[in-house]
Amino acid sequence: MMTLSFLQTPSAAQVPGLPLRAGLGLKNEHFTEVLDTCPDIGFFEVHAENYMVAGGPFHHYLGLIRAQYPLSLHGVGLSIGGENPLNREHLARLATLIERYQPQAFSEHLAWSTHGPVFFNDLLPLAYDVAALNRVCEHVDQVQSTLKRPMLLENPSTYLQFQRSTLDETDFIGEIIRRTGCGLLLDVNNVYVSCINHQRDPLTYIDALPLHAVAEIHLAGFAEDTDSLGERLLIDDHGAPIDNAVWQLYEHVLARTGPVATLIERDNQVPAFSVLLAEAQQAERHLSRGRP
Amino acid sequence: MSLLEDFAAALLAPDQACPAGLFSSNGADPASRFAVYRNNVHGSLINALATAYPVTLQLVGDEFFRAMAGCYVQACPPGSPLISEYGATFSGFIQGFEPAASVPYLADVARLEHLRVRAYHAADALALEPQAVLQQLQTHTELGTLHLQLHPSLATLDSRYAVVAVWAAHQTEGAIATLNPWHAQGALVLRRGLEVKVFAIDSGSVAFIDSLNQGARLEKALAHALEASAEFDLHQCLALLINQAAITHLSLEHKVSP
Repeated sequence: MMTLSFLQTPSAAQVPGLPLRAGLGLKNEHFTEVLDTCPDIGFFEVHAENYMVAGGPFHHYLGLIRAQYPLSLHGVGLSIGGENPLNREHLARLATLIERYQPQAFSEHLAWSTHGPVFFNDLLPLAYDVAALNRVCEHVDQVQSTLKRPMLLENPSTYLQFQRSTLDETDFIGEIIRRTGCGLLLDVNNVYVSCINHQRDPLTYIDALPLHAVAEIHLAGFAEDTDSLGERLLIDDHGAPIDNAVWQLYEHVLARTGPVATLIERDNQVPAFSVLLAEAQQAERHLSRGRP
Repeated sequence: MSLLEDFAAALLAPDQACPAGLFSSNGADPASRFAVYRNNVHGSLINALATAYPVTLQLVGDEFFRAMAGCYVQACPPGSPLISEYGATFSGFIQGFEPAASVPYLADVARLEHLRVRAYHAADALALEPQAVLQQLQTHTELGTLHLQLHPSLATLDSRYAVVAVWAAHQTEGAIATLNPWHAQGALVLRRGLEVKVFAIDSGSVAFIDSLNQGARLEKALAHALEASAEFDLHQCLALLINQAAITHLSLEHKVSP
């Protein structure tokens, strides 16, 4: 049997990682404001792929900001849920970036984004069966042994289900975490979006997850649409303030997990930095309620 | 076909039916939900192009640009997760895009914008101080054999249209009535510090800089420049490169690096 070097290290949830505070997604339009005002923020998170460039302002500013803040590196392009083997070149770029910035956490999605020669720039859904489970576990193993550190896997937001699925999403995630030792990035907005879209109870969904493995939480806003029956279809667009229902669910999660590093995500219609800071402060108030 | 093969194929083709084997738990038509994925894929890629090509967009308007970019996304979807590199062939696509033929300089403006994105993310390199370059130029007796290494962000563009003037006119608010796009113009794009700069240059300067970038020694680059334009002004072109800190290294031909 293959020995995996990361197995000699503690699991993701036990590694000294991100501070148990609120963090913000770092947008390039806020680089100089962050450096000028040094906001009291627990950490920043960036999309790994945006920094896979040779040089220029992105590296300049991230280097300066990393010197002052903990960092979470969030991948959107590994296609861990895909049918194809992982792109080794991309994995090598990721290793280089991690070596350079020494982030406190690295996370990716339970989704696919590449098939054959095409990168779709979206997080696409997979059928939950045994074949997919084995494949995802192999991919997570490969990532962790290449990066020599545990990764966090994020639960998806989805709009459809596959007839081929034989496992519940929560069991599927639980089994990946059990087999690979990776941590869980619990995206509370994704839970809410998926549960509304698939007529599930979000509280039951959360309670079915391996909450001991939660090492980071994501909070974001969604957009609202309707399907062919005129029923609510929520779209995970990271383009709005966090909904009250998601804040309530967050409170429920914290009651189970205790304080967890929590990221406010906003990737579209990015508002002024002060607006994001206010949401981070709101998350901090929730976090401090859970502190002993 | 595999499960994801069907899914992937249907994402790109707007006319293709929703793949089989999908359902909504409330019984809604899966096609109405599959459309969310299709819209996300198209929308995110079109947005990426709109961000990288702001002046190209302004020249044709948002609606036209998004329709054109949508056709491009279907014809040339990205082959890599590095979205900052997506669109390298967009200008060529625009060149052949019949509905855009009434704006003949559109493709060249897109070329210029692509060079700006590349310059923005190009490797960092320490440039020589203008004073240091001048000093070295004065001490060398065989200037013709000099090699000038230029900053990795630097690139040129030769256009039949006033591509820099068109681009520059869209950088500030206000009237652009005096703009005449119907004359040839070259562009020099480079990053100085953190800022990407664009300069209008003549065709001789384009030939000169391209030769240097391909490793030609100074006298050879000069010959190429004069071939391109008899009016090439070596002094002016070198002054631009020196003052914009575009030269990273000066060396003599016979000097072989270890």
